[in-house]
Amino acid sequence: MADKRVLELALATPGVDAAGNAVRLPLVPAGQTAQEPELDSDHMLINIGPQHPATHGVLRLVVELDGEVVMRVIPHIGYLHSGFEKLGEYRHYNQIIPLTDRTDYLSAPANNVAFALAAERLMGIEITPRCTVLRVIACELSRIISHLVWAGTTAIDIGAFTVFLWMFQERERVYNLIEAWTGARLTTSLTRVGGLMADVPDGWTDRLREWCRRFPKTLDEVDRMLLRNGIWLGRTQDVGVMTAAEATNYSLSGPMLRASGVAYDVRKDQPYLDYDTYDFEVPVGERGDVYDRYLVRMEEMRQSVRILLQAVDRLPEGPINADDPRVILPPKKKAMSDMESMIHHFKQVMEGVPAPAGEVYFPVENPKGELGTYLVSDGTAKPVRWRIRPPSFLNLAALPKMAEGHLLSDLIAINASVDIVMGEIDR
Amino acid sequence: MSGAATPNASVATLRARFGAAIGRSAVVSGATIVHVARERAHDILAWLRDDPDERYDYLVDVTAVEYRDPERPLEVVYQLRSIPRNAFLRLKINLDRSGPLEVDSVVDLWQGANWLEREAWDMFGVRFVGHPDHRRILMWETYDEGHPLRKDFPLRGRFSRAEQVRRALGADLSAHYSMDELSIADAYASLPADLRVGPRHPAPGAETSRP
Repeated sequence: MADKRVLELALATPGVDAAGNAVRLPLVPAGQTAQEPELDSDHMLINIGPQHPATHGVLRLVVELDGEVVMRVIPHIGYLHSGFEKLGEYRHYNQIIPLTDRTDYLSAPANNVAFALAAERLMGIEITPRCTVLRVIACELSRIISHLVWAGTTAIDIGAFTVFLWMFQERERVYNLIEAWTGARLTTSLTRVGGLMADVPDGWTDRLREWCRRFPKTLDEVDRMLLRNGIWLGRTQDVGVMTAAEATNYSLSGPMLRASGVAYDVRKDQPYLDYDTYDFEVPVGERGDVYDRYLVRMEEMRQSVRILLQAVDRLPEGPINADDPRVILPPKKKAMSDMESMIHHFKQVMEGVPAPAGEVYFPVENPKGELGTYLVSDGTAKPVRWRIRPPSFLNLAALPKMAEGHLLSDLIAINASVDIVMGEIDR
Repeated sequence: MSGAATPNASVATLRARFGAAIGRSAVVSGATIVHVARERAHDILAWLRDDPDERYDYLVDVTAVEYRDPERPLEVVYQLRSIPRNAFLRLKINLDRSGPLEVDSVVDLWQGANWLEREAWDMFGVRFVGHPDHRRILMWETYDEGHPLRKDFPLRGRFSRAEQVRRALGADLSAHYSMDELSIADAYASLPADLRVGPRHPAPGAETSRP
């Protein structure tokens, strides 16, 4: 009964004295000693997910809490495991491309390009100049749509709903462009080994140019709204810090690595698709917290717009497919009218394209980080091993390290800042 | 990463330092591959990470490869990168399929190896001796069809569809928790009886409801 009385006193509305000062009723009646209500001192285990909007997919986190402080996080993954790598061993190289759509489904064109580049390196195929530039456009558009989803969902996790709407509006515009190019929005299957499934339609580059002109204004608006917002700064600054040495040791990649101050970008350090001939900067953070990851990704989107404009300016005329009958199908019209082309088409579709025995590891800078494609061939038309080096798998593995010692609500912010996509983590 | 055929200079240094522990090396598609002996692999990787002239500070990937040819050994593959020197090296350990599939864990060198090694264990059945958390990662802990990326594992799994369904329905859900989290199951048992629902809520049958 005494406990109950103490509680009622504490919750009572304070009065005001004659001078207008608040008069608080004493918490403890005079003559008694203060009594702390008994709290259970045990650590508490809670389960977040796998069906929870803040885990960005079917991620399950088992969290050990001391009060509100995270003592330990145990991530559980695998709920979306589809066995893509196993399936790839039973598929021809071109048949694997639709599987790559479904790994990191938020940036499907970039995955398509990554796989095609690896297969082409394995087979020794040179792609055409127009194809090279179009693939750069595909990669940078992917970077932007992936970062847009990241910014929108992260802002929602931290409590800013507007950003989500603004970002998804821009994402829709990019998806309209991608749909006009490939016919699909999410699962694009854009590339083929040696080329692309389609050229861009007439007038497409003008639409892209127009979008590039308007898009940075949205980024500026979001920056204006968030970077002067005390709640946003308080929720992101010095939360989930990874130092440069830790980020390297944990094999982080992409914006996660660069936010920690390690200036490693595959586009700069192992250039592919002539990225070394484009003029762009690689943003690098200083402190490696959630805030720096935000800044790095926002700046990457602006740099992607710069690359897109340069790519549109230099886009050469010419064929999109390599002149290599080993991998490129004859045109449909010829296959339906000319016997030799028909046989060629039939054999290639039914038997696939054998790759010489050997192996290749091809890294590309995907929106989430370094996506590596490790292909091992024994000389047949199907790979012996198709390994995806999944960037967000490794980035997520550092979550326990980043979140321990922070509040439970910070765990949500940190998990959002990792930018995971479970399709790629579970594969 | 252009198709240069010159091998990475680290191979000659490794050979001078570790002698017989370094097997054959080759340049394939522009990348240098070097085979190392299983017993010395951890020493070699540690040296590559720490030597001031090598500085392979970034572990890109750990995975395994099994060839269709049953005579060829299973390979454990380490992809290493030196960020300061912008160098790349691929190390391989050959594991005879008749012997124990075991290598030393490198989690003490690179924390990034933690989940990568768990995945290689899960998918290929390679044991990483000294791993601090040697559990499956993509499949669940009680999965008993084997290791899916092995070549003798059928594409659709070892068990028939009916058997897979039977096992899924008969599974003890508490066994899906790892030892670390068994206290969750304890907390469940301490709930009042009317709050406990069986594994297959709604309408738990007597044979499947929790004790």
